[in-house]
Amino acid sequence: MTSNQLMFILFSAMIVVFSILTVTSRKILRAAVYLLFVLVSTAGLYFMLNYQFLAAVQLTLYAGGIVVLIIFSILLTSHIEHQFEQVEWKKSLFSALAAISGAILCIVTILDYKFSATAEAAKEVDLRLIGNSLLSVGKDGYVLPFEVISILLLAAMIAAIVIAKKGAPKKEESQTLNK
Amino acid sequence: MNAGIPLYYFLILATIMFFVGVYGFLTRRNLITILMSVELILNSVNINFLAFNRYLFPHQLEGLFFSLFVIAVAASEAAVAIAIIINIYRRFTTINVEDVNVMKY
Repeated sequence: MTSNQLMFILFSAMIVVFSILTVTSRKILRAAVYLLFVLVSTAGLYFMLNYQFLAAVQLTLYAGGIVVLIIFSILLTSHIEHQFEQVEWKKSLFSALAAISGAILCIVTILDYKFSATAEAAKEVDLRLIGNSLLSVGKDGYVLPFEVISILLLAAMIAAIVIAKKGAPKKEESQTLNK
Repeated sequence: MNAGIPLYYFLILATIMFFVGVYGFLTRRNLITILMSVELILNSVNINFLAFNRYLFPHQLEGLFFSLFVIAVAASEAAVAIAIIINIYRRFTTINVEDVNVMKY
């Protein structure tokens, strides 16, 4: 067994174990930390695939940004010591059945399919190439999705501020009346 | 580079991760944990894109850019979802989906 395979087995075992823990842990903060482990090991897989830029994006944006955001909102909305009650066995059983049957179906289909790789030489993926393709309009150019994503990010930022800001004082009054 | 690891291993790993996320989405009752399940699902799809890109079409960059955009969409989705969750918490003082059953009052 090469060191490559060893690393792959390590990362995939971490991903499987910690993602199962993420969806079953009864303490919400622990679930968030397990999610962080899953995302970091995914970045390890990206490094193994030789996509260093995307691994860095994964580490900074997912593991650094989204998980911190989730942890902040957990701290704002829940008690740390609070434990979820056990999931009903019926719901748990049927969800597990649905998930496992779906997984088996997908895996059987994947193993059945013969993938054929192209014979062309691999391209060296460096930052210069990524930047040039992101802003080029010709062949292999991605300037349109790039612009769409920048508008989406702007819209999401404004939407998040508008939704999460405190409501007008009139609203607050009606809220206290309703309580 | 990735000698000795067939493409199938990556695909099976991503499948398992995807369906663990689906299981969490179906069983969880807290909005933030549901959001975490969705992140798992998006992440597993990214692994698929990159594995396909590296193994089948190494002369192109489609998979890389697609997962880059998926990450950006996931980030904006998480930001808006958390804003909504905080707003719901402010109105109902809970984020359990079974207790939040009124859209406007």
